[in-house]
Amino acid sequence: MAALVFLRRHLAFLAFSVVILSAPLFTGNIYYLSILAFMATRLMIALGLNLLMGQAGQISLGHAAFVGIGAYGSAIMTTRWNMDPWLAMLFSAVFAAAVAGLIGVPTLKLKGHYLAMATLGFGEIVHILLVQFKWLTNGTDGIGGIPSLAIGGIDFGDPQMFHWLVWGVVLLMLRISLNLVDSRVGRSLRALHRAEVAAMSLGVNTSFRKVQVLMVSAVFASIAGSFFVHYVQYVSPVSFTLTFSVILVTTVVIGGLGNVWGAVWGSVLMVLLPEYLKRYNQDYTLLVFGVMLIVIMIFLPGGLVSFKTLVAKTRERLGGARTASAAGPGPARGS
Amino acid sequence: MALLRVENVTKRFGGLEALKDVSFSLHDGQVKALIGPNGAGKTTLFNLISGIDRPTSGHVFFRDEDLGRLAPHMASRLGVGRTFQHSKVFDDMSVLDNVKVGRYGRSHAGVFSAFLTLPRHRREEKAISEASLRALRRVGLGDRAHESAGNLPVGDRHLLEIARSLASEPTVLLLDEPAAGLNNEETAQLAEIVRRVRDDGVTILLVEHDMGFVMDISDEVVVLDYGKKIAEGPPLMIRNDEEVIKAYLGEDL
Repeated sequence: MAALVFLRRHLAFLAFSVVILSAPLFTGNIYYLSILAFMATRLMIALGLNLLMGQAGQISLGHAAFVGIGAYGSAIMTTRWNMDPWLAMLFSAVFAAAVAGLIGVPTLKLKGHYLAMATLGFGEIVHILLVQFKWLTNGTDGIGGIPSLAIGGIDFGDPQMFHWLVWGVVLLMLRISLNLVDSRVGRSLRALHRAEVAAMSLGVNTSFRKVQVLMVSAVFASIAGSFFVHYVQYVSPVSFTLTFSVILVTTVVIGGLGNVWGAVWGSVLMVLLPEYLKRYNQDYTLLVFGVMLIVIMIFLPGGLVSFKTLVAKTRERLGGARTASAAGPGPARGS
Repeated sequence: MALLRVENVTKRFGGLEALKDVSFSLHDGQVKALIGPNGAGKTTLFNLISGIDRPTSGHVFFRDEDLGRLAPHMASRLGVGRTFQHSKVFDDMSVLDNVKVGRYGRSHAGVFSAFLTLPRHRREEKAISEASLRALRRVGLGDRAHESAGNLPVGDRHLLEIARSLASEPTVLLLDEPAAGLNNEETAQLAEIVRRVRDDGVTILLVEHDMGFVMDISDEVVVLDYGKKIAEGPPLMIRNDEEVIKAYLGEDL
């Protein structure tokens, strides 16, 4: 009985884990695995951004820069200073968190979208530094020869092994994000999003919580950047532009902000779609993203993740009273 | 010894003086009402007492703490709870989750223990749920716990805000126009709930326009007009105070 309750509660998570972890058993195709690896790093970033935007209602337009800190941190520390890749990943994440704190403390005390503006500027500054600090970053030439990850004798340069490693980390991040949403901290974030003054009057230290969730999202992004560069073994500044930050925001908005699973759907769609469009004409990608964003905002304002509600509503409208009580839009939850 | 002391409080917004040298105190176990015509400064005063805003000059003391010197969330931690005139229910959350936010200051789980759902965290979550349900039952919303808060009718939204605040175990509860939009029956129910909360040892300060409700429930009344205190005393005295009658000009108290 207890096992059944557990299964029901975690069904979505377990099903997703099984599907994604068994993927390499069905295909050894390097191209497919590389898309999935790319999707994994995208999902790491999207999970953090989903917590920041969906739960706390704060917008970051510079998240590419946090990914860049992880990517360049790992690249520089491993190739130039011969540091252990895992240690480099850790240091980069700590640095990203510190930077997020420095941006967050002054801006998140203010009400309104100051964080969006501050992160927009921050993203541009990081991009310029990556290009200009040639002595450290090698400028637009980028850094190559980044070693692949390894633990003991296991080499994660192998695409299948990397798949299990990176998706293992993603699943861990997904699990802890779901846990967070369903906790005291998660509730306080949703509360301050909806009515900050009311949250304060109930004892929530709103500025602290906002800065903290920004730092968490920066850490997720930085770790994604580290995994990314260890996989492709090369990094250059072109990956970390405002366009990428906007694509990241689009990913979580299209997926759905009210629910952690929105990050999953958004990442799947926003990684697969460009791969598909590439066959026709790459220039159309951004155009298609833009149109898709508009269409989803109009017809599915809760994002892809709210599709079930839309289906239920439509059925309700068509089926009349017979199915009316079957399903309604419940309060936003994440488990 | 007064529980709450408002001492010579002045609040200016630019050129507008919303409160002028207001002083009064609130004693343990009292129900005190704050009345006055629209724009008299009642909500401004509430914002100062609940720590959300700071006085331009003067002090608000809760026991010995000067609330104007503390961070906004500290008033609640010390024991000052409040509701809002314009409903600030968290609409996209369930009724129960709304009240659970009220337990925030009485619980401790941080981001890491939430990430890992440690056993300690699970025990705390269970305690939060139980305390929140108790608070909901105190206002009669126990059986609506799992509904979406956005679906509640106006009257129940006030009650939800009261339950949410009660969950934080306040010593003083500030109610900002709790009877607004209620019919007679609902107002009577509200009065009953407020009395019960008072009997449980919570001191109450309320802003209200419904004079029947105010006169019925309050031990003392403070009258504000244009940011100044013009009278203070038991309801019967206030009802016959000349200056108060003038301020309300023709309105029947």
